[in-house]
Amino acid sequence: MIVVELRKMFRRPRTWATIAVLNALPLLVAVLLLLTDLAPRAGQGPPFLSAVLRNGALYPLAALAIVLPLFLPIAVAVVAGDSIAGEAQAGTLRYLLARPVGRTRLLVAKLVAVLAFVLVTVVVVAGVGYVIGSTLFDAQPIGGTSVSGTPLTSADLSGRTLLAIGYVAVSMLGVAAFALLFSTLTDSPLGATMGALAVLVASSLLFTLDAASPIAPYLPTRYWLAFVDLFRDPIQWRDITRGLALQGLYVGVLLAAAWANFTTKDITS
Amino acid sequence: MSAVITTSGLVKQYGRLRAVDGIDLDVQAGDVYGFLGANGSGKTTTVRMLLGLVLPTSGEIELLGERMPRAGRRVLPRVGALIEGPAHYGHLSGRENLSLLDAAGRGGSWRTRRRRVDHALDQVGLGGIGRRPVKAYSLGMQQRLGLAGALLRRPELLVLDEPTNGLDPQGISEVRELLLELHRGGTTVFLSSHLLAEVEQLCSRVVVLDRGRLVLQEELATLTAPTGCTVVHTPTPERVRGTLDGRVTSVDGERVIVRGSDPAEVNALLVGAGIPVSGLALERPTLEEVVLAAAGTSPDRVEARP
Repeated sequence: MIVVELRKMFRRPRTWATIAVLNALPLLVAVLLLLTDLAPRAGQGPPFLSAVLRNGALYPLAALAIVLPLFLPIAVAVVAGDSIAGEAQAGTLRYLLARPVGRTRLLVAKLVAVLAFVLVTVVVVAGVGYVIGSTLFDAQPIGGTSVSGTPLTSADLSGRTLLAIGYVAVSMLGVAAFALLFSTLTDSPLGATMGALAVLVASSLLFTLDAASPIAPYLPTRYWLAFVDLFRDPIQWRDITRGLALQGLYVGVLLAAAWANFTTKDITS
Repeated sequence: MSAVITTSGLVKQYGRLRAVDGIDLDVQAGDVYGFLGANGSGKTTTVRMLLGLVLPTSGEIELLGERMPRAGRRVLPRVGALIEGPAHYGHLSGRENLSLLDAAGRGGSWRTRRRRVDHALDQVGLGGIGRRPVKAYSLGMQQRLGLAGALLRRPELLVLDEPTNGLDPQGISEVRELLLELHRGGTTVFLSSHLLAEVEQLCSRVVVLDRGRLVLQEELATLTAPTGCTVVHTPTPERVRGTLDGRVTSVDGERVIVRGSDPAEVNALLVGAGIPVSGLALERPTLEEVVLAAAGTSPDRVEARP
């Protein structure tokens, strides 16, 4: 069933169109940076962007930081929100379940497909970022500079980049869990996607509000950009481990709710 | 004969509405079973409960001898279904759609998948369909593809909801031939429809639902058995009344109903009296008359309260 879901996902033109659009933004930013040579000052704008003019090898991370706050969550919410509700709207859900495909199995397969989409997207964005960075900017393949200013070896840098990709993927899994839960609640994929996005917008908004500081550590978007800490010297693990634990909690609770709802639901679509 | 579908006291409650209200079905192996009822009479909800899509509020369902929905994993691979019209992934070809559906569940090795898909497509007359995406199919072709999906695993039981919807007259007749052929091969067919003519031509037993209740479950031959009267068509109905006084039960234009189950005898009497007879037949109730008598008005009608 997982193979079937992966085949459906990656044979769909929409999947690739989404990934292409996601890559267009970092490309545009890179071209603009190159033409104007106006990098944001250190500490402003998306992380790493100020450093890429000096070292293009950091561009994969800058690309991830550009798409992470908005575009990547939208893409994940669209794909995950479509997973059950899209089948319901197309009417194929009833045929799948009467085939029969176990409801739990279908939910797991959908989750795995969304996870595969997240990984492929993050890796493609990082890969395209690497190509952009090494062709448009001066890359120093020998090593890089950490955010703290100390030098990093090339192996160190690629290892930390892999960790960052993993961390971003886990953060997106939280978005996917929200969208998947909403997707089992409604027959409208648009509604499920919008629901997940509403949660993220609310979370980002509350994060900037001082009055919301007591609940700030529990907001799903709180630790999203903590992957920057992987590039400090030494690595600051505090926010990263908290981020992982928080996403784990959200994913666990939301998926349990999605499972409980979906396995007892009347399929009337 | 073994029971293929048995339900007892099947109830589905949606809020305050009882969509299905205590239905006892009894479908035997080898039946072509007509499941009739107006829109909103609970047909679709019942079909969905049989297939484990909707969970009953109370009551029991046995499909091929096992309890549903618990045994769905074992039973449903032996059942082919067409539920409320076909549904496919529009951007994929028909062949790819069937192949994905087949791969999604158990009950079929991937080695023979290609052959089974080809066979099912041939059966419904889509053998040469090629690679174009399903969204470019006509309604009739989509309906055929849906039917192919139901036939994919050579099911023992076919549950079909309006299988000829969207088909042209040739297509309807082809599907009818196909269903009769499958039936001769031992497949039990459960046909939900509101096309009475279609049911009359195919089915051996019929069930009629009205507002969630089962109002009729009977052999078609019994329902449409001769009533013991003869229908006479004549240009001079008043003379028939004069000749066969007392035996005429009703006159409607040139159509006269006469008591007596032997048209030849009635004919001899009329011709003997010099009355022209243009048509003569045993009176049989049509399925339409039976259904209308059993089911009352359509639940679609919402009358204003006085």
